[in-house]
Amino acid sequence: MSKVIGQRVTRYDGMSHVTGETKFVDDQVVPGTLTVKALRSPVSKGKIKNLDISAAAKMPGVAGIITAADVPCNAFGLVPDQPVLVSEDIRYRGEAIAAVAAVDEDAAMEALEKIGLDIQEQQAVLDPLESMKEGAPQVRPEGNLQMWDGHDYRQVNLGDVDQAFEQADEIVESTHLHPSVEHAPMEPICSLAVPHAGPKLTVYTVSQALYFHLGMLCGILQMEPGSVQCKQWKAKTGSAWRHNTGYADVNYIGGTVGGGFGGKNDIMADHVAALLALKTGRPCKWRWTRAEDLLYSTFRGAWHITIKDAVTKQGRIIGRQMTSIRDAGAYASLNPYVVEKHCYLGAGPYFIPNVRVRGYCVYTNKPPASSMRGFGITPAAFATEVQLDKIADRLGMDPWEVRLTNAFRKGEYTPTKRVLNSVAMIEVLQNLAAKAGVELPGHLKAMASTQERG
Amino acid sequence: MHTLELTVNGQTCRVEVGLKTTLLEVLRDKLYITSPKVGCNTGDCGTCSVLLDGVLVRSCITNALSVQGKSVTTLEGITEPGDIHPLQKAFHEHYGSQCGFCTPGMILASKALLDVNPSPTRDEVKQALSGNLCRCTGYVKIIDSVLAAADEMKS
Amino acid sequence: MKKIGKGIAAGFYPSGMSGGGDSSQAMVKVQPDGSAVVTVGSCDIGQGCKTIMAQITAEVLGIDYEAVKVVNDDTDNCPLSFGTFASRVTYVDGLATKMAAEDARRILFEIAAVMLECSEDVLEAVDSQIRVKGNPDKSLSIGEVAGAGTFGMRKFILGLGHYMRDPAAMDPETCECDPFCTLAWAASFAEVEVDTETGEVEILRLVNSYDVGKAMNPTHLEGQIDGGATMGVGAAMSENLHPFFPSLEFQPDNLGDYAIPTTMDVPDMESVIYECPSTNGPYGAKGIGEMTANTPGPAIVNAIHDAVGIWITNLPATPEKVLRALDAKGA
Repeated sequence: MSKVIGQRVTRYDGMSHVTGETKFVDDQVVPGTLTVKALRSPVSKGKIKNLDISAAAKMPGVAGIITAADVPCNAFGLVPDQPVLVSEDIRYRGEAIAAVAAVDEDAAMEALEKIGLDIQEQQAVLDPLESMKEGAPQVRPEGNLQMWDGHDYRQVNLGDVDQAFEQADEIVESTHLHPSVEHAPMEPICSLAVPHAGPKLTVYTVSQALYFHLGMLCGILQMEPGSVQCKQWKAKTGSAWRHNTGYADVNYIGGTVGGGFGGKNDIMADHVAALLALKTGRPCKWRWTRAEDLLYSTFRGAWHITIKDAVTKQGRIIGRQMTSIRDAGAYASLNPYVVEKHCYLGAGPYFIPNVRVRGYCVYTNKPPASSMRGFGITPAAFATEVQLDKIADRLGMDPWEVRLTNAFRKGEYTPTKRVLNSVAMIEVLQNLAAKAGVELPGHLKAMASTQERG
Repeated sequence: MHTLELTVNGQTCRVEVGLKTTLLEVLRDKLYITSPKVGCNTGDCGTCSVLLDGVLVRSCITNALSVQGKSVTTLEGITEPGDIHPLQKAFHEHYGSQCGFCTPGMILASKALLDVNPSPTRDEVKQALSGNLCRCTGYVKIIDSVLAAADEMKS
Repeated sequence: MKKIGKGIAAGFYPSGMSGGGDSSQAMVKVQPDGSAVVTVGSCDIGQGCKTIMAQITAEVLGIDYEAVKVVNDDTDNCPLSFGTFASRVTYVDGLATKMAAEDARRILFEIAAVMLECSEDVLEAVDSQIRVKGNPDKSLSIGEVAGAGTFGMRKFILGLGHYMRDPAAMDPETCECDPFCTLAWAASFAEVEVDTETGEVEILRLVNSYDVGKAMNPTHLEGQIDGGATMGVGAAMSENLHPFFPSLEFQPDNLGDYAIPTTMDVPDMESVIYECPSTNGPYGAKGIGEMTANTPGPAIVNAIHDAVGIWITNLPATPEKVLRALDAKGA
């Protein structure tokens, strides 16, 4: 008998929230904290011809400026393709080029204006469908399409889809565009890095994944246990060595986040705050403005999804082909993983014996997209569920019946051949009908996930 | 710099401010009162909401010098040691708070409503909170919390 | 003219995603007074992981929820977690926490077995007591056991738990693999009113139905459902970061222009919960954090079709798009 599980106990940190006692990153007060501001690219694609920080560095109130030359390992991410600060090639509008730490916001903003920046603008590509084409402007040296096992798409192949199309009574096709969507948590991106005597750094972070980012930050800082003296720390640019050590040198403090929704799964401010804290020897806080957060933070990249279904007169979907194109923006972030998850499960909660999914992760000169609540499945759900109603429409069937007819049952398997054992699609639909006041016909009411398909 | 004198949560304070300093900056950066949050700094989200002479304002777009001699109440100001406000109790018991970032502003916006309308309808609560954004809750349990607090305060 | 339509959508969602393994650790320390501290490395982003980990710890140790403290604030003190994403925390951290609490309970039973002069396997932890099953008179308070164990027997009552799924070995051609812990199931029903003059769509009613495995805390669950559905409504009705996609022109840079739902945009919502236990999750639980945002959107789009016969294939369903589609249809 459960005494606590299943009970409506009050929120563990509820009392701290309702009294305002909960401390978010921006609420941490460390005396002497410097304000960080970044110089961002005004163009979507270009080459930096000249970057001159000498005048800015002499401005009153400026404690330190960093550029790409100050970043020990200037490539990070799950696929380490993203620079902390651009050294030469600008790949999106808003990409950070330099960052200033100053005594206050005014001093930081004035210093930014004194940075000499000469950019040779280049032809950008913003449309993923254009970017896929031969001869499109190159977004990144690794190519405009993410590669998987020698293919420029991630594929799922189950059964024989072509044969299913031959056997079908009807073929239903549709194309859908799911737009770019911003997480918009109420707490914007913020990081506070505090250096300590000896090789120690405390980073207050909005991260949703402390350990993930701890490893990544140590990779960027190239910290080795006990061997780094912050103040004499030297830049080692161009190093390919990525073994992440230095956990003893960094403590990541977080765990209480003002909303995330996937928007805080990538390092966005911690690296710059940390580098400036180490360079200046003072606490540095980088709080993004809401405009920066909307314009330059990660988001749910747009999807272009085409579905072609082989359907019988009885409403069974016997084959499904999906071609999905993800606008990833300029860097990998978590995009390849988002596309993989889309491919695994994008065909939806239905037993379709023949499935072919091709998911393309296409790079464009936009800020990097990344994870967002639903991780590749949300846009798939939109496309496939509207498609289900189109099938119903074509066959003159009830939308409930099409779904219940095709819904997964126990023992059936997903397109990646995972056999399912905790299945409740039919029951969840039946409950929905009851709650919505929809009277289902008897044969649909009698269905159950545990019944074998007839 | 100019000298600003104001009352915050019942206590008189004197701070030096510039011409463009906001009330939110005074509260957070000078008085270290951190319940009003920096959510947008453009007056769109309501996480910086405070009461100014009892009226709900967005402190991020309120010029500090415009509150000379006035009285400001933040969430800290309605919390008595060991005796929280019925709205705080209701938000806690009815799960009106998830991540907690919008909560201080949300509770103050609710207080501004209940101070003038002790028996609001559900729609009136929606109207009163329409300038305070929350991305976690879908507002359902926030509205439930306000209505529960109104009931509690009447009895 | 105003026309009413109804629409549905179904979906499923995995708990956890283990392309490269999916790992969380937990520690449960029982204090000399019988209270407990559970330490995990996952973040509370509002979803309520602190509450759920405290509930699991209290359940296993048979103590009050209020007697559990949760620590999750830094990497110096907290054990490894891959992070708060992939609807994984209740499932993966939940399993790690359950294992850690059971490990701590095992140590308590060792101590109590000596004190009660019985074997460990006849003991149970309930109502803040360690007692002999079927013989409630033979019992000790957990505080007595923890105190005596800590000071009298020099025990450190610290339980450890580590749950890690194997990386999904994937076939590169077929993609055959087993990448997730379990699946949860979802469906939504929407009723809308479409104004054919203005193109405006009003959501009159939204009903959500979910399988959650086990409703660990129904209040938290309802909160997640309402919040996710509202995010789904936003994506369906108003949110677009690149309104002139693929161009970056007129990209909203403030929360007035990037219109997330306000109190005025949220329809009346109802939900119904089904519990089809996962085979391996803690108490049968499944993760539902992300799933809740997925089905409301297509249900709304299908309801618009039911009302006026147009397909919105490009979200969000703005009045302009509705009017253009009505024009194209020749209404």
